[in-house]
Amino acid sequence: MTLYQIAFLVAAFLTLIAALMTVSSPSMVHSALWLILTLGGIAVLFLLLNAGFLAVVQVAVYIDAIAIMIIIVVMLTQGAVRQQLRQVSRTWWGAAVAAILLFVSLLVIFVQSPQLASTAPTLVPSQETILKDLGQSLVDVNRYILPFEIASVLLLAALIGSIIVAWPIRRPGQEEGER
Amino acid sequence: MTEFLQDPFTWIGELLKTWLTGLGLASDFVTFLLQLLGALVLATVMLLLTFLLIWAERKIVARIQDRLGPNRVGPFGVFQTVADLLKLVTKELITPTGADLIPYNLAPLLAVMSVVGLWAVIPLAPTLLGAKINVGVLYIISIGAIGTLGIMLAGMSSNNKYALLGAFRTVALMISYAVPMVLALLVPVLLAGSMDMSTIVNAQSPLPFLLLAPVAALVFFISSLGEVGRAPFDLLEAESEIVAGFHIEYSGLKFGMFFVAEFLHAFTISALTATLFLGGWQGPWAAQYPFLGLIYFLIKTSIVYFVVIWIRGSFPRIRIDQMNSLNWKLITPVALLGLVATSVAEKLAVEFAWSRLLVHLAASALVVLVTLTALGIYARTTRKRSEQMPATGATSESLTSA
Repeated sequence: MTLYQIAFLVAAFLTLIAALMTVSSPSMVHSALWLILTLGGIAVLFLLLNAGFLAVVQVAVYIDAIAIMIIIVVMLTQGAVRQQLRQVSRTWWGAAVAAILLFVSLLVIFVQSPQLASTAPTLVPSQETILKDLGQSLVDVNRYILPFEIASVLLLAALIGSIIVAWPIRRPGQEEGER
Repeated sequence: MTEFLQDPFTWIGELLKTWLTGLGLASDFVTFLLQLLGALVLATVMLLLTFLLIWAERKIVARIQDRLGPNRVGPFGVFQTVADLLKLVTKELITPTGADLIPYNLAPLLAVMSVVGLWAVIPLAPTLLGAKINVGVLYIISIGAIGTLGIMLAGMSSNNKYALLGAFRTVALMISYAVPMVLALLVPVLLAGSMDMSTIVNAQSPLPFLLLAPVAALVFFISSLGEVGRAPFDLLEAESEIVAGFHIEYSGLKFGMFFVAEFLHAFTISALTATLFLGGWQGPWAAQYPFLGLIYFLIKTSIVYFVVIWIRGSFPRIRIDQMNSLNWKLITPVALLGLVATSVAEKLAVEFAWSRLLVHLAASALVVLVTLTALGIYARTTRKRSEQMPATGATSESLTSA
């Protein structure tokens, strides 16, 4: 076992622990903080798999997003910061069955996939080539242009929707500035 | 010895490498050890530099305000910061009741870590560079996110309402100013054709990007001031409103770490501006004599840093609604416009082999013209509206707070 493999296993183990703590921590804020550690662990895994771009994007996108999420947790849930919530609902077994089913079906799909089933590692081209390929595949008509554009339309719709939700309602006779 | 004078950094590195290999260590391990040593030296130098930065800032702000500033400890008061540090070390570390212990103690570490981490990708001289990451620009953004996280943790875990308010303001500020900052960062990436910082510096060899994209440089400078919560965007620690903001419950050296992070951040954004838009270490004979490159880099950074302090001494702190409307109504559209203008200009210059500088300057002039026209129209309508209803007072301001 090389040093590299040890590092990978340690990172994977820590990521799993953090993921477990995310769902089992009694305080919502702590859950969010554990989630940060989980996503950070995934970034480390990306880095070890020689995907530096994905690792950096993972940190840039998710950590800011979680900072916002913590704020929303504090603003939308009254006193949730201090509250110790019950971790187990009455239908926990249903959730467990669903989770196991999902895991097993994903495993079956992965094992059947010819690329993933082969144990021989595919040669990774240089970082620059991967990045260039990623960029071109997003605007290539034969590849991912449709999902890419649909995702951007979806985000635009979400943006417009949030603006409409936040738009002040003007009642007749109300002076401006009295909202 | 001439080799040492030409390129001291490579020379020392080679010397250490031969010495360590001579001790019988494996070459992989030697490389690892040298990288560790380099990181240690860089971080230590940066943190020691903060002593000088704090002194310089106090001195310059004092001059702007017609005072003398620190002048008792050492020549011109240079050692005032050392005395302040000694005082901070002797203070008790108080932990407030009900604080969330792990995040509370982690926050100052994250704050310092995020700013020191930025120096890893800044090329200090042609041969002096922490790490050559091919996504260096993205790395800067993601490390900035960790800084936000540190402040957020401090505010959440202190069990104090003022700290929480400060943290909320911080996140609002940093997340909104990250948008124009990223857009402005795209311009040097576009011009250099790479996200690697040293390639960006190399691409500025005849012309610094400040001349090619002055709009993007200005947008980057302003939004990075906002991103690090520097005056006039320092409302996350507005003393008159929320006492001290996120670090209200920290004392002693833990407070000192936030303090160091803040001052070093100001210097770091100056270094980033110098690297991305002023050409970094580029200068006459810098390629032959890397030490000269380091000096050029420090001079350029100091000039930008002086402007940062100058702004702090001159501008009043802006309100939160002004901050948001400035960002979303002015800086972000200008950044978008500048990005489009630069990409069109670059394409035209390459396609028709026109003068690159002239095309880019024309594009920037167009952006400035459009911006000024839009601002003029906005000012006119606002004035008209306030003339129509004088009784309600400053209604134009309240529009933005909706």
